[in-house]
Amino acid sequence: MKKNLNVIAAYSIMMGLIILVGIFQSWNIALSIFNLCLISAVMTMGANIQWGYAGLINFGIMGYTALGGLAAVLISVDPIQEAWRAGGFDILMCLWLIIVMILAIRFILKNFEKSKFRTYGIASIIIAGIIIIRVTAEPGIEAIEAVNPAKTGFLGGFGLPIVFSWIVGALFAGGLAFIVGKVALGLRADYLAIATLLISEIVIAIIKHEDWLTRGVKNVIGLKRPVPYEVDLQTTDWFINLVEKFNSGKLDVISNLAERQSALNQLVIEGSSVFVKLCYSGLFLTVVIILLILTQKALYSPWGRMMRAIRDNEEAANAMGKNVVKQHLLIFILGSAIVGIAGAMLVTQDGLFTPGSYRPMRYTFLIWVMVIVGGSGNNFGAILGGFVVWFLWIEAAPIALFLINFFTAGISESNALKAHLIESVPYFRFLMMGLGLLLIMRYRPKGILPEKIEIK
Amino acid sequence: MDILNAIILLLNYIFIPALTYGSQLALGAIFVTLIYGILRFANFATGDMMSFGTMVTILFTWYFQSLGISLGILPTALLAIPFAIIFMILYMLSIDKFVFKYYRTNKSPPVQLAMVSIGVMFVTQAVVRIIIGPSDRRFFDGEKFIIKAREFKEMTGLNEGLALKSTQVLTIFVTVVLVSLLFWFLNKTKTGKSMKAYSDNEDLALLSGIDPKKIVMITWIIAGILATIGGALYGLDKSFKPFTYFNNMLPIFAAAIVGGIGNPFGAFLGGYVIAFSEIFLTYAYKKFFMYILPESMEPESLVQLLSTDYKFAVSFSILVIVLLYRPSGIFKGKVL
Repeated sequence: MKKNLNVIAAYSIMMGLIILVGIFQSWNIALSIFNLCLISAVMTMGANIQWGYAGLINFGIMGYTALGGLAAVLISVDPIQEAWRAGGFDILMCLWLIIVMILAIRFILKNFEKSKFRTYGIASIIIAGIIIIRVTAEPGIEAIEAVNPAKTGFLGGFGLPIVFSWIVGALFAGGLAFIVGKVALGLRADYLAIATLLISEIVIAIIKHEDWLTRGVKNVIGLKRPVPYEVDLQTTDWFINLVEKFNSGKLDVISNLAERQSALNQLVIEGSSVFVKLCYSGLFLTVVIILLILTQKALYSPWGRMMRAIRDNEEAANAMGKNVVKQHLLIFILGSAIVGIAGAMLVTQDGLFTPGSYRPMRYTFLIWVMVIVGGSGNNFGAILGGFVVWFLWIEAAPIALFLINFFTAGISESNALKAHLIESVPYFRFLMMGLGLLLIMRYRPKGILPEKIEIK
Repeated sequence: MDILNAIILLLNYIFIPALTYGSQLALGAIFVTLIYGILRFANFATGDMMSFGTMVTILFTWYFQSLGISLGILPTALLAIPFAIIFMILYMLSIDKFVFKYYRTNKSPPVQLAMVSIGVMFVTQAVVRIIIGPSDRRFFDGEKFIIKAREFKEMTGLNEGLALKSTQVLTIFVTVVLVSLLFWFLNKTKTGKSMKAYSDNEDLALLSGIDPKKIVMITWIIAGILATIGGALYGLDKSFKPFTYFNNMLPIFAAAIVGGIGNPFGAFLGGYVIAFSEIFLTYAYKKFFMYILPESMEPESLVQLLSTDYKFAVSFSILVIVLLYRPSGIFKGKVL
């Protein structure tokens, strides 16, 4: 108990802050911050597995998040029959061609000695394949995108409950990580960072511009929810009764029946949105707890010890007979898959998929700030980092506004400098993140909750 | 005649834009490569440092414009750049003193320095946005075109026009001058040679009496010059927007690595490799083929290898291929 005191203290302070937001701003804001904190926590856990356990630097978090989001779309949206009839055949043909291409390359790789000739052969297969695929896909893609472009214009998905997409998102992200890992994991740390960053940009470019699959920048809206809708709740009896019971003290004071009814309606509308957010919180919290248990178990297992050995001294671990390359690939896939789950969760919560919103600042660098600030190598630290940084990211503007008003209290309202500062309040969050990262790196390089290895 | 038309078409839509864009990338790539070669970390703040330099240039330009100073047909920004460079060098040196120096003296691993540079990136980005705001700004004044497309058509009687913007000529000219000066400095002067020696082998360089403090200072000074000029030229040619500058970091990295990171000449050429391949692969060649092929063979589709949406993806794919087959870059840089 005593040795975990700092963990408990840090988490209670964090919870206290969120509750303060609930009391002073509104419970709606507090809960939406809390939900995004949980999603961020899942992302940081993924990054922490790669960086903290194995020392692999992955700046492609954005790409895996987007793939998770794509999974949410492909799983939950109903299939669009018309589009399938219009161009489904061409797309399936292309899929076939891709599989044939990969098999052909594998065949060549297996059966021929490494030589210039083989390299050129593979290159020509890839180029010819791309051209053939483009020619086959072109009419199909055009036909699909022409089907009711204002509303659909894409193939749609499988029409399954969206929660399944959390698993599928993990599979998608893991699959991408497998390819990336095969290509890039041999690189030195900072090259790996750049390579993964650029690959994630390629993924985003594809998601943004392949309209037949993702609707591209036209966005997919109105995804199905795993939790009830506010509008339905507001007309459900048991929910109204619940709100009435909850607020009986407040309502009893009002004697006028009509006034009481309107007050109750207002409470029901507020309550329904809080209730929906609470449902999401419950779902996300379950995921976080399951992942936390699994990652903690992994950290203290022989496997976790091996990973740390590889991280701290690759050569020595290699000499002990550990397969460093294979383990690196494995942990790269696992971490990315967790990020994929977070991506699917994010889209589930928002109910919409906007490929244009995936930007490296928000989905790669911010997550890294979370991991570093929280404490790499320590799961509790990583989760805390997700909470603290996201909380600051959201609350930075109000804090900055307060500080500006405080320091310029003597200056008149019409002062140009003051007006300019107040106008640029949203950008103080970048300043805060940067300064926070620099200070932590300088004075507490292991993060708020440093890695602690107990040898039992 | 048709052949001439085709050549002018390619010049106008591929060659000149690619040369301009390549020059802008090249300056940034040399910046990245110098920092990597001498300070030994990947500087993720590259794009934002360039945007900071551009911002200072813009502020000086506005100041000069308000004083009524202008350079006639040349943009006022040219006058502002030297002042911006001085300011930028001070900024670079203070960042080094307050942030990077600590890790350098502690001999932190490069990854940690890269992380620190992310912190610098956040702060610089915030400062730029707080001071000048995130919106699109044009600060070009003076004569826009050297040759207008219509005038060219009238002059030569060809179907295709050749438009030559003054910013394009300016960019290419300034880049060539600056890069020649830089290579002269690195290859011929004593300080430049000691920088190369320090980059090749730190211990040996220290042993032969090279002062590391001086080397680091000169590196930041050159970096400041490159960042300001590269950023300002890009801003003059297109427009200044902090977010675009942040995004430009990625093709710049690609150029530096493709050229062989740590090798300034490689970075210089890498910029052009990236720019040309981006534009070559995404240009629609339909009109070109219409000129050179007989009418019966004219293509019906756009004859575009990749849609322009994938412009960025092209450079990143090149990078991935280079990393796979020749990790040290086209011109051998530091071996991974």
